[in-house]
Amino acid sequence: MSEVSVTKDAAPVAGDLVALTGVNKHFGALHVLQDIDLTIARGEVVVVIGPSGSGKSTLCRAINRLETIDSGTITIDGKPLPQEGKELARLRSDVGMVFQSFNLFAHKTVLENVTLGQTKVRKIERKAAETKARALLDRVGVGTQADKYPAQLSGGQQQRVAIARALAMDPKVMLFDEPTSALDPEMINEVLEVMQQLALEGMTMIVVTHEMGFARSAANRVVFMADGRIVEQATPDQFFSNPRSDRAKDFLSKILHH
Amino acid sequence: MNVLTDNFAAFRDGFLKTVELTALSTLLALVLGILIAAFRVSPVPALRVFGTVWVTLLRNTPLVLLFLIVTLGLPALGLKGWDSFWLAVMALGCYTSAFICEAVRSGINTVSVGQAEAARSIGMTFSQTLGHIVLPQAARTAIPPVGSLIIALTKNSAIASGFDVMELGALQKELNADAGYNILVIFLWIAICYLIITLTLSGLFRLLENRMAVAR
Repeated sequence: MSEVSVTKDAAPVAGDLVALTGVNKHFGALHVLQDIDLTIARGEVVVVIGPSGSGKSTLCRAINRLETIDSGTITIDGKPLPQEGKELARLRSDVGMVFQSFNLFAHKTVLENVTLGQTKVRKIERKAAETKARALLDRVGVGTQADKYPAQLSGGQQQRVAIARALAMDPKVMLFDEPTSALDPEMINEVLEVMQQLALEGMTMIVVTHEMGFARSAANRVVFMADGRIVEQATPDQFFSNPRSDRAKDFLSKILHH
Repeated sequence: MNVLTDNFAAFRDGFLKTVELTALSTLLALVLGILIAAFRVSPVPALRVFGTVWVTLLRNTPLVLLFLIVTLGLPALGLKGWDSFWLAVMALGCYTSAFICEAVRSGINTVSVGQAEAARSIGMTFSQTLGHIVLPQAARTAIPPVGSLIIALTKNSAIASGFDVMELGALQKELNADAGYNILVIFLWIAICYLIITLTLSGLFRLLENRMAVAR
């Protein structure tokens, strides 16, 4: 587990930004999400952990409707998720998403990756978009790579570009779907540091991860999922030192003792 | 006895007609093919069904039959006044569009789903995702088969000779009627004319392929 030494002092501001009520989803016979109720306050950093196949990624992807749900409601900033179409596209532009496999546009340069959403979705002028993109790339520490193609970058650099690409849209909330799981160990910290910084600046974040160090230091709340259900929610201190459920105790005993 | 020099004007006109027929049919086939491929991957079920029906009907109908349908069927439906050249463009373009659609679609399938998901997650609409992210990457794999299809279209255009279009294929009938020329020599010159077109196309597509390979 990687430890990033940043102390957390940004407290969540009141008001729910993301709310899931009674969400259910099946993949064929598999009931991946079972009666999920979850609210995320503005400025809150929620880390979702759990064994693989527990539905964490599906939960994350359901929030910007990359996965459809069978029943229940998901609202973002008070608005329910619309059907596929222009309205949904508009809503997605306010929800940043960072993928496990980066998914940078392979045929575009790093700079173009970060300007594309601004110019095509936000209709911002190219010059202004580039200025903003360069500032964001500097902020995540890959400013010198702006004119390269994604394939020429390391995994850690690609993931930081992906974060910059999402931030370029000025999202209300950022979703991270196992952002460090595809990275070489030595590159994990450079990505986590960027995420730590974001958390400190008050960004609302939902992070699916196996990085317990990040959960401990940056999260306001830990959500533990197993078998499609939310089994336990607590502050990181409570959760890691004194988990209530047997399922969580079992999970922690397997990952924390080495 | 030199069939080419004696009939140079006829050869030139036939050659130009074939080039014109091929170029216009290619344009129609590319526009329709890409549009139908977009239909086939769209989130709207009705468009997907339309795309599938289009491909199934046109891909599985013999081209000669399509020529008959447009030359006899359209006037019967009251759509008169099209000259035989434009009817040929329509038949060749629609027929080839079904194949182009499938080549483009196979290209689309090689682009990882994550690319489209990333585009959608920054708020791009379906057409933006397709136009800016998926199709440019699909083109790399689709270009070689599309090249083959356009070469096939060039050769298929000879069928138009049977439907009143004075292109290269029609030349042979015309010259044969004037006695005296060796039929093998006539065929040889016509074949060379086709080769000029198809080899040029091969070269163009190879160039395009290399250009795309670099821009990675």
